[in-house]
Amino acid sequence: MAHAPFIQFFDDGTAPEHELLGGKCASLVAMTAAGMPVPPGFAITTAAYDAFIAEAGIAQDIHNLLQGLDADDVAAVDRVSEQLRFEITSRPVPAELREITTAAYNALQARFASPVPVAVRSSATAEDLPDASFAGQQDTYLWLIGVKDVTEHIRACWASLYTSRAITYRLKNNIPNEGLSMAVAVQKMVNARVAGVAITMDPTTGDRSKIVIEASYGLGELVVSGQVTPDNITVDKVMLMVVRQTLGDKHAELVPNVGNKSLVEHEVSVQRRAERCISDLEITAIATIAKKAEKHFKTPQDIEWALDADLPDGENLLLLQSRPETVFSSTATGSIPLSSAGFGIESITRSLMSQAGKA
Amino acid sequence: MTEKSFPSPYNQKPAPAADGWKDLYAYNLVFQDNLREVEEAKFWFCDSQHWPTVTKPFETIGFEFAVSCLGQYNSRHLLIPPANGIEFRIHNGYVFMSPVGVPEEEIGARVPQFMERAGHYFQNWDTLLQQWQGKIRGTIDELNELSFTALPDAVPLEDVTSGKGTGPNNDLLANFDKLISLTYRAWQYHFEFLNLGYVAYLDFFTFCKEVFPGIPDQAVAKMVQGVDMELFRPDDELKKLAKLAVELGLTGHFGNTEDPTATLASIGAATNGAQWLAAWTEAQDPWFNFTVGNGFYAHDKYWMDHLELPLGYIKDYIARLQNGHNIDRPVAELVVERDRITDEYSELLSPEQLEAFQGKLGLARQVYPYVENHNFYIEHWTMGVFWRKARQLSAMLHEAGFWPEASDMFYLRRDEVREALFDYVTGWAVGAPAIGPNYWPAEVARRRIIVDALSAERPQPALNTPPAVITEPFTLMLWGITSDQIKNWLGDSDAPEGTWRGMAASSGVAEGPARVISSSDQLSEVRDGDILVAPVTAPSWGPIFGKIRATVTDIGGMMSHAAIVCREYGMPAVTGTGTASAEITTGQWLRVDGNNGTVTILDRSTLVEPAAIQLDSALEGSHA
Repeated sequence: MAHAPFIQFFDDGTAPEHELLGGKCASLVAMTAAGMPVPPGFAITTAAYDAFIAEAGIAQDIHNLLQGLDADDVAAVDRVSEQLRFEITSRPVPAELREITTAAYNALQARFASPVPVAVRSSATAEDLPDASFAGQQDTYLWLIGVKDVTEHIRACWASLYTSRAITYRLKNNIPNEGLSMAVAVQKMVNARVAGVAITMDPTTGDRSKIVIEASYGLGELVVSGQVTPDNITVDKVMLMVVRQTLGDKHAELVPNVGNKSLVEHEVSVQRRAERCISDLEITAIATIAKKAEKHFKTPQDIEWALDADLPDGENLLLLQSRPETVFSSTATGSIPLSSAGFGIESITRSLMSQAGKA
Repeated sequence: MTEKSFPSPYNQKPAPAADGWKDLYAYNLVFQDNLREVEEAKFWFCDSQHWPTVTKPFETIGFEFAVSCLGQYNSRHLLIPPANGIEFRIHNGYVFMSPVGVPEEEIGARVPQFMERAGHYFQNWDTLLQQWQGKIRGTIDELNELSFTALPDAVPLEDVTSGKGTGPNNDLLANFDKLISLTYRAWQYHFEFLNLGYVAYLDFFTFCKEVFPGIPDQAVAKMVQGVDMELFRPDDELKKLAKLAVELGLTGHFGNTEDPTATLASIGAATNGAQWLAAWTEAQDPWFNFTVGNGFYAHDKYWMDHLELPLGYIKDYIARLQNGHNIDRPVAELVVERDRITDEYSELLSPEQLEAFQGKLGLARQVYPYVENHNFYIEHWTMGVFWRKARQLSAMLHEAGFWPEASDMFYLRRDEVREALFDYVTGWAVGAPAIGPNYWPAEVARRRIIVDALSAERPQPALNTPPAVITEPFTLMLWGITSDQIKNWLGDSDAPEGTWRGMAASSGVAEGPARVISSSDQLSEVRDGDILVAPVTAPSWGPIFGKIRATVTDIGGMMSHAAIVCREYGMPAVTGTGTASAEITTGQWLRVDGNNGTVTILDRSTLVEPAAIQLDSALEGSHA
């Protein structure tokens, strides 16, 4: 049976199709194509999810369970959510899909001298999940080793289509359940020494001449989920100079525990908390890449980045995500402040007065 | 928050050997005892940017003329609504300033007057500036014609037979008066355009700060900066001469540039030597009217009078050329960078904003060259002639026995010089000895001790209680006296030990050994790869900018000369650190970050050892 591909490597040169890849994977493919330093990996497409649901024969069950559900009946939503997620995670992955996934996983591992841990992340098509700008964050599984671990978590990602929150969100927004699908990213894990986000505008004012970087120790998940207060650094986008910075407490960091092959949350020492966690050079590198992403996608971007402890300086900055900045990009900031509108002697006079605090 | 203050000038005793220092200066220049209450209510900052060392009595002419003419333009010509001039005092030998605001109720009435007057200048900028060129060149010509030579035993016969009716004594006195009045005139010209240049710049600056909150000052400066300035011509001329020497195969004749006569004779005797000498002579007028100082001191050395200076710089440039270095300023790169920055900010603006941005930028760029170039015409050229003539007069009176050293006249106030000159012509007229030779030697000796004692101490950065916020536009732009700067001086800085914060005046980061230079006489100590640390720099230090990696100054804002020159040379600079030159010592390893305005002493023990040794030996080598 002919079907759309189940697998697409980020760097295989195929143009990203949003329907097939979901937002996150489509952006990873686009960033890779633009020459940005994205950790290698592949997408398990929405076609794979569709094939799984078809083979499991649960489409009708899902439909029935969701039928007539009241979004405000929390207990009922929770019950349905739990049952649907059990339906998905308890079904075997079809043989063909398992084979293709294993082959892709092995092909990814073959790029490295020794086995590397991977991250598995959900990649929803935009309207399917709440908080479009944070889509998939909750469904990220880090530091997985071995194909069995990976396939298990792929199903977990699929199941996240039916969290209580997701179900409620669709009910409230009248988003139909038919055609619901989910792609999944499998990507080489970054051994992040420092990680965070960067927005190519000042989200507090809408000023597009700034890049605001948030950075904290270890993997970026603690920054994204708001569990630590990161360093907050505002950079002038044109000059790439720091114009303002506030050091955050950064009390904890998520780092790999090589011994038992897992992630562990450490407390950060008082001394390291007091220091800014990225150097001037690293700030310039992060701002440069954020600026490049904005230029490529032609709209303000919100990126996730990490500095990989295993890579040499100059090659250690990696881009994990780049998506349009949704909060402010629609806000026009084009009005002219009264004190310096126009030009010539009138505006010069106003400037003088305002400088001296007389206007 | 506790309010911190600087000391009152009334509580600051000079060194014991400087007792009686106030009598060296005019009464209106010193803090008077009966004005204590009034003077202590004002905030004074030390202008060590222009007067880094003690001014001798005659040298007060520099700040008296400069600062009063600045004020004259603000207060009386242009009626700048919120700003009058700047008061100045001399305290323990150093110059202190205090900006004068306009009373709230008078500001409004000045607005239409300012708009009419300043508007006229902006509208007719090019024509008026061309006229200015003529005026200043004419003034310099008049100054050049003055001469101070000893009076002859008898009035020339032709002056008698022609019925002239006056003697050469009359001309001598008149020439002194002209020397003073022509210089006063030149200083008025200095400010005819300068204040307007700053306000146009300020308008663009304010706009940028509003549409791009927090935009680095440097970004604004870079968008406006020109690259082809007359102020850079002297240095560019030397580079041309160095290249020509290489081209003509004359490099072997620059072995002993300390002896200019021999060097030039040796070049003249060489094949092609005449061609080089012709170019050398051509370059001198006017471009060697260039001081290694800043034009405000009698001891300033002008290239014209010290040909060993330009010859030495040419020698350095030749050596760099022979080592395969590019000695040119990165003009093309500067233009590309300026355009990139301008374009990138432009792209972020709405059409309405863009129109204002372009209009303001256009005006700022039109007026900006003057902000730089006037310095060549006044501080270098006019003042070069002024000091040459003044030295001539001093030497003449020295010959007449008035003082033991040829340049001792500068220990006299200018009104006292006129008295001494009148004493001299009186003695000549009467046919009896002048009194001066019996009076001045002892007095000059006494004053020399006082000036030396004052010079042994550094000035306070400021006096009395600072205002909560500094808003006066000229204070901010020219002197870089910001509220943060004052906090630094008061020791409220949160900068850790071994770190200084200042203005991020020119971007880039560099590391290297410090070379602390407190006067232009020490410039020859600067080695390749040094980081220049100085209380203040002068634009004429250009030739050493090819050698150094970065510049650090104690005082100066974004528009100070050090900042401008470093941007033009594409080199990191941190200005206005307050105290770096007093606290850093030559040889300490520094990191200068011109992007965020910090200077840090690096612990050399953390450097990889072989690298440290290599650097040491490289430095030793360059001393040889």
